[in-house]
Amino acid sequence: MDFATFLIQCLNALQYGLLLFLVAAGLTLIFGIMGVINLAHGSFYMIGAYMAYALAPAVASTFGGGFFATLAVGLVLAVLLGYVLEWAFFSFLYEREHLQQVLMTYGLILVFEELRSLLVGDDVHGVEPPPLLAGTIALGDVMTYPVYRLFISGVCLVLALGMWFVFARTRLGMMIRAGSSNREMVQSLGVDIKFLYRVVFAAGVAVAVLAGMVAAPVSSVYPGMGSQVLIICFVVVVIGGIGSIRGALLAALLIGLVDTFGKVVFPQAAGVLVYVLMALILLWKPNGLFKAG
Amino acid sequence: MPTSNNVGRLAFVALCMGALALYPLAAGSYGLDLVTKIMVYAVFALSLELLVGATGLVCFGHAAFFGIGAYAAVLGSPQADAANLLVLAAMAVGAAAAYALLMGALSLRTQGVYFIMVTLAFAQMAYYIVHDTPLGGGTDGIYLNVKPVLGALDMGDARGIYYTTLACLVAVFGFLGLLLRSRFGRALAGIKANEQRMRATGFSTYPYKLAAFVISGAIAGLAGFLFGVKDGYVNPELMAWHLSGAVLIMIILGGLGHLRGALVGAFAFALLQEFFKSEAVFGGFAKHWHLGLGLAIIASVALLPNGLVGLPALWRQRLLGKARGTVPTEGQP
Repeated sequence: MDFATFLIQCLNALQYGLLLFLVAAGLTLIFGIMGVINLAHGSFYMIGAYMAYALAPAVASTFGGGFFATLAVGLVLAVLLGYVLEWAFFSFLYEREHLQQVLMTYGLILVFEELRSLLVGDDVHGVEPPPLLAGTIALGDVMTYPVYRLFISGVCLVLALGMWFVFARTRLGMMIRAGSSNREMVQSLGVDIKFLYRVVFAAGVAVAVLAGMVAAPVSSVYPGMGSQVLIICFVVVVIGGIGSIRGALLAALLIGLVDTFGKVVFPQAAGVLVYVLMALILLWKPNGLFKAG
Repeated sequence: MPTSNNVGRLAFVALCMGALALYPLAAGSYGLDLVTKIMVYAVFALSLELLVGATGLVCFGHAAFFGIGAYAAVLGSPQADAANLLVLAAMAVGAAAAYALLMGALSLRTQGVYFIMVTLAFAQMAYYIVHDTPLGGGTDGIYLNVKPVLGALDMGDARGIYYTTLACLVAVFGFLGLLLRSRFGRALAGIKANEQRMRATGFSTYPYKLAAFVISGAIAGLAGFLFGVKDGYVNPELMAWHLSGAVLIMIILGGLGHLRGALVGAFAFALLQEFFKSEAVFGGFAKHWHLGLGLAIIASVALLPNGLVGLPALWRQRLLGKARGTVPTEGQP
């Protein structure tokens, strides 16, 4: 492996890891703060990717805009979706057992997949990156790297910083953190915890949908992409430690590296490496790398 | 009251088993195959119920044992001759139990959601081993050329495999019923309720949990063995996490904490699937059967907090409430 290839693989690993982080961040938040195991989280990623494909013509004819207008419209729809879903399906689940939540969200996966099939069909689609970002930059003499992939990494980094800022430095973040450690206490202090949860849920959905939308041009859009990302995101969440954003980021980057370089170095065993890594880490640290706090 | 309840439950299970024993008299070949498949799932669900419902250990990698049992059935059979059913079954169960011992010994060091994920990790390792190596024929899977026999009992015959599966189902149900009533089963119930307290009263809980894990894995291996023999074909999807998820869904749907919940759940899940897939009812829409199944599952969570086995109690409450003519009090379910 020469240096340019190595660099390209590093960039790919970074981009994949950051993308995983975006999806896993919502999962770990909803899990850590609201105590809900949301199997349907992968579906939001899938919905995002399909939005990037299916909304583009409609958005182009209404607003005349391109990729970024689609992103904006999709994001608004995602927040609405998250808000309504929390109200309709999750608000009564908090006091139930975890396994009841698993059952409910499993049902939601089936419904989302089938609605997707009814509305958009079962074909595999490609999405064009916006013309502004369609170019490549040169790495060394012969290698090039697509600008769009750098753009994905950039978006993810900005969002990660934004999330950290909201959580660690704002009043809203403070209330959310307080709500995760003692729901009743925060409620009796006069905070509308139901509304707060709904906001967290909507934000988690929006971030996953956004991840799906920005990933669409590089990963293509296909049925089953939701469940694929779901399992790997659960891996990220438990390696990082449930509820820990910092842990999720580190774990996502680690998985990105192991998966990307695994495919290059041991193509035979690429699939299994991630799980071996998870098993080793959890046997070493049974509560993940970072305990939420 | 508890005695009459127990009699009622026993009668319900006996009635189910009796109906299953008589079913082949009326069934066509499609129905026979379908019910055999569902009974295999019921055995599989019972094995998981021992862990999830009785011990409180949520295993998300149970498909590994199922798949190992199925692969052992196919790989252990000679190319051209029929294998001995009992020997082959013992091999399959042993292989699954051995993997369960390894997986349990390591993953029981973790707890809660972490345990769920470590069991998933071990199942995925098994999945990729058969998926990516030539050992099990890779993604194409492998065929079982000659089905095993035991004397006059031939697994190639639809009724032969049907009654063998039914016998296994009855045996597993009876075995688990006795096991859960034994001292061992009480210890498991104690671990589920409060492991800390069990330890404080002098139980070393780890060996109990490990034993439950291995027994559960062995039974799941038996289910996989039956499945492999029934279909005569195995592929890596038998170890995929989708199956681990589906069997978990079955026991939650049926109602956790009751053996008959696993039985009811397996039947309800598979029959709902058949129902929504049926073109006679839904016509062209039948290919979107996931939608109906998903909505049915969501409805069951919203309406049946204790699963399907909680249904009679729910009805009784409704009926009694009305019959007494009491004023319904707010907030009282």
